[in-house]
Amino acid sequence: MRIELIKRGTPSATLRYLSPIIGLTLAVITGAIMFAIMGKDPAVALYVYFVEPLTEAWSVHELLIKAAPLILMGAGLSVCYLSNNWNIGAEGQFIVGALAGSIFPVLFTGFDSFIVLPSMVIFAMVGGALYAGIPALLKAKFNTNEILTSLMLVYVAERLLDWLVRGPWRNPGGMNFPESVRFPEFARIPQLMPADGRANWGFIASVIVAIAIWVMLSRTLKGFEVKVIGTSPRAGRFAGFSATNMIFFSFMLAGACAGLAGIIEVAGASGQLRPIISPGYGFTAIIVAFLGRLNPLGAIVAGLVLALTYLGGEAAQISLQISDKATRVFQGALLLYVLACDTLILYRVRFTRTPRATVEAAE
Amino acid sequence: MMNGPAPETLLSLRGLTKTFGTFKANDSVDLEIRPGEIHALLGENGAGKSTLVKMLYGALQPDAGTIVWRGEEVTVPNPAHARHLGIGMVFQHFSLFEALTVAENIAVALPGDIPLRKIAADLERVSKEYGLPLKANARVYDLSVGERQRIEIVRCLLQQPDLIIMDEPTSVLTPQEVDQLFKVLRQLSSEGKAILYISHKLEEVRALCERATILRHGKRVGDCVPNAETAASIARMMVGADIHEVRPARHDVDRSNPLLSLKGVTMDARDTFGTALKDVSLDLYAGEIAGIAGIAGNGQTELFDVISGERLAGRPEQVMLLGRPIGHADISQRRAMGAVFISEERLGHATVPTLTLSENVILTRYRVNSGLKSGPFLNRGKAKSLLETITATLDVRKSAPDPAAQALSGGNLQKFIIGREVLEDPRVIVVNQPTWGVDAGSAARIRQALIDLAESGAAVLVISQDLDELFEFTDRLAAIAEGRLSEFEPVAKTNRNAIGLKMSGIFAGDEEAAQ
Amino acid sequence: MIEAILLTIVTASTPLLLAAIGELVVERSGVLNLGVEGMMVMGAVGGFLGMMWTGNPFIGAIVGILFGMALSALFGFLVLSLATNQYATGLALTILGLGLSGLLGEAYVGRSAIRMPALDIPVLTDLPIIGRLVFGQDLIFYVSIALVIGVAWFLFSTKQGLTLRAIGDNHASAHALGIKVIRYRYLAVLFGGGCAGLAGAYLSLVYTPQWAENMTAGRGWIALALVVFASWRPARVLAGAYLFGAVSIGQLHAQALGIAIPSQLLTALPYLATIVVLVIISQNRRLTMINTPASLGKSFVPDR
Repeated sequence: MRIELIKRGTPSATLRYLSPIIGLTLAVITGAIMFAIMGKDPAVALYVYFVEPLTEAWSVHELLIKAAPLILMGAGLSVCYLSNNWNIGAEGQFIVGALAGSIFPVLFTGFDSFIVLPSMVIFAMVGGALYAGIPALLKAKFNTNEILTSLMLVYVAERLLDWLVRGPWRNPGGMNFPESVRFPEFARIPQLMPADGRANWGFIASVIVAIAIWVMLSRTLKGFEVKVIGTSPRAGRFAGFSATNMIFFSFMLAGACAGLAGIIEVAGASGQLRPIISPGYGFTAIIVAFLGRLNPLGAIVAGLVLALTYLGGEAAQISLQISDKATRVFQGALLLYVLACDTLILYRVRFTRTPRATVEAAE
Repeated sequence: MMNGPAPETLLSLRGLTKTFGTFKANDSVDLEIRPGEIHALLGENGAGKSTLVKMLYGALQPDAGTIVWRGEEVTVPNPAHARHLGIGMVFQHFSLFEALTVAENIAVALPGDIPLRKIAADLERVSKEYGLPLKANARVYDLSVGERQRIEIVRCLLQQPDLIIMDEPTSVLTPQEVDQLFKVLRQLSSEGKAILYISHKLEEVRALCERATILRHGKRVGDCVPNAETAASIARMMVGADIHEVRPARHDVDRSNPLLSLKGVTMDARDTFGTALKDVSLDLYAGEIAGIAGIAGNGQTELFDVISGERLAGRPEQVMLLGRPIGHADISQRRAMGAVFISEERLGHATVPTLTLSENVILTRYRVNSGLKSGPFLNRGKAKSLLETITATLDVRKSAPDPAAQALSGGNLQKFIIGREVLEDPRVIVVNQPTWGVDAGSAARIRQALIDLAESGAAVLVISQDLDELFEFTDRLAAIAEGRLSEFEPVAKTNRNAIGLKMSGIFAGDEEAAQ
Repeated sequence: MIEAILLTIVTASTPLLLAAIGELVVERSGVLNLGVEGMMVMGAVGGFLGMMWTGNPFIGAIVGILFGMALSALFGFLVLSLATNQYATGLALTILGLGLSGLLGEAYVGRSAIRMPALDIPVLTDLPIIGRLVFGQDLIFYVSIALVIGVAWFLFSTKQGLTLRAIGDNHASAHALGIKVIRYRYLAVLFGGGCAGLAGAYLSLVYTPQWAENMTAGRGWIALALVVFASWRPARVLAGAYLFGAVSIGQLHAQALGIAIPSQLLTALPYLATIVVLVIISQNRRLTMINTPASLGKSFVPDR
């Protein structure tokens, strides 16, 4: 048996939208098999994972909290990947954004003003953008592989955060726990409906940013430039677009999104810095970007789906003692399935028997 | 490998058919080749020549039909088996490995595990025998196109083939190199090796080949003895109709103020595999068509880039457009001044393959046509209406109202590109390889469009490898070789041999200097 | 003291060397597998599980190799048979590998492994300084050195190695000559997976004989950087791996000496060093351009 790919005359538009749905279905089936192997009733496990979190208001709030960073970073990374800039360091940009945004509430705890929160947001976005600017600069100036540099900077950011919360930024009155002071109320992102749950305006911000990026991509010359440079750099230069500027634009836009996501996380749900502030949001956002077809509106849907896997994972851990690692497996499998299904957009797949070459001996 | 007396027929193909999707690339094609014969396979671009030889070489599998080799019906499941049978191939787009040495390139294609030392020795022997000098340890990326072809030929010869397939071998050679190649081919033929010679150049085929098979739209339309025919009568068979002759426009050109000038431009190669420009100067005047001949890879890309502004010259005044220094202006600014640029690569340079045609209109016109943009936003409706105009003006045939660029045939895509660029009465047109890989009908239409522009007062610069084309419709000719540009001469006062010498880098000034 | 430092450098370098030499072969064939980290961490958990099941670290190492190969086979199926985007597929492989290894190893966190025994030859092993270093290592160390020599020999002295390099340079030409591009690439990808698996097993069986989640800590990515650093040459991979090993050990010793730099920042050193080295190596564009396998990362779909 052998697989043959036959190129379609034109890419299939139907499958472009169907592919993530098929991928998701296959991933859910894989999940069910995985639960069965772990000795759990797949039906119950799937219910706990994917349905139960949606049945209660507080838990929908939690969903929105987790979705916000995924949507923001997924939308930002879409611009990177569309322009063929492989930023995989959103996790690091998230952390550095959170740190930059926390300068006010951690170092100037007593400074109570209405400008604190906006400043935190701006600091976070600038911090994330500048941190993303490092691999961009290295790629633009020295032609250095951005995949490796952006990823290495994730490890560096993690250690920077660890050092700060255990060292200079540790809460003096915190009984030596590795965490910063709790942010005062004026430095927290307001909640949407405090009566029902913890969700905050961060989610609204993430949706607005995603829509704005979508408008940029689909309606403006800049968005056209992103697509042209991404698919055909030489044609981009012929059109008068600068690939170098695009490296900075896409990286720093994604970095700003990640930084915003970072401050939404620490000034929103958690309210302080801890050694670990993200359960891998920056990497999951890569899946969000691809599942969302590198379209920021798609990233909103995909962000909600992936947020559900986090939430379901937590619920399943509590009520069924299913390891939270299962979530990572599910996420990885999901991306692999979607990528495999994407082949169908460009190719028809044919299964053939290997032709028994009569003359292989002749070689 | 040869047993007993050679059979009357070395190879015969019967009813070979190959379909891609709904497109019949080959429709029941027959072909016969005798030992020692030089046999031409003629046809326009897209007539199905490459498909046919790929099936013969085992790179594609036929859907129907039989291949009879030395009297026995055979299947050719892969190229290795073709070579085992005694069928060798010299590819048009070379199947070489840039990063490997000459000897390694040969070793990788030969069966078994032959030590590189032995290959180097064989290489030297064959090189001498046929006059094809090659260095075994040279890396391919350092070699010229002509040298690369020699590797292909030697690689093929070392496998002792009885039939050698040559796919458009002269498209990359100077006239002098072509003569050299023909000598080699005649020598091979006299040794009893048959050659299947694929070409669309009629004069060559008439000079070289004993018989010819002609393909049109995937079907065999006839056989002929090229010597007994005229170029025009063969062309009629290939195209199926008389080719529309272009109408040369000739009137006096005012040579006082050039519209475009280069002054002593020197520039590094675009990348490791490119060619640096050395002290290139030229003047281009309104109303004329000037041509630059040259073998690919002699600096044409760099020349095009520096004129278009994809790369910037050392000093602004080294490139003058309409009397203004623009050496440091970017491509959009040059377009805004009324210059247009038509690049060699249609997909991936002149257009983005996956974007629609109307989006590809935006690609080069967003800065020039103010209707395409309002603020940061694009006006896609305007792009679509421009596309309509282009389609109507240049007769672009497309399957859908606004298909992706990659869905068009080479000829139609080139007509779209030319139409897009000339839409707004340009003053200066620079075009690299205007009709490369384009069918005869579209090529005539494209040349006519360029002639009309010159007549209406624009200056046209044509960079091309196709000498026939240059002699057909340019007024003045120069040649580029190893990044140096010769003086221009009126077409009437030069000939193919003189230009050919320049294409191999021998300029008039050099001879004087040498004396 | 010097002997001890040199020995720790060897143990820090060997996993990098193993993973990098495997990826070198993969990239020489024109395939970019960014999933080294994922395959490596699967090798680590596989090695540990194999050792736990059988009590034999050697069988553990083999299980580690098989785990790495299994994940690489999945990668191969996607990028070679289905022509998926190699970058994204490699990332997905890493995410999957990190999750799956965490799940499989969850019950074993904190339990210690039977360390793979080191060679002990009378007299030779007891030679001063070089004795332990040359004659007193574990088996995997010798395998890693043998692999470097073997890969160098294979690539530059055999027909198959030449063919592999040709495929990496231009898969369309190779296909036109009738070379079985996909088959070669599958074998290369599996070899790379096996090497990454062994590298991971080394971590959980020799380096720190236990299983901890994410215990590869970015070493797979550093191995990828090493291949670039080495400009796809086996001997330079060897040199690079030991250089990086020395850097990471250097920071450990700096911590032990109580140098007044916070430990977190010292542990960031290998990652920063990777960036610096990548920048230096990418400065030389001509070198990079000539050495980079020209079809690296590009999908190949033969027309039929």
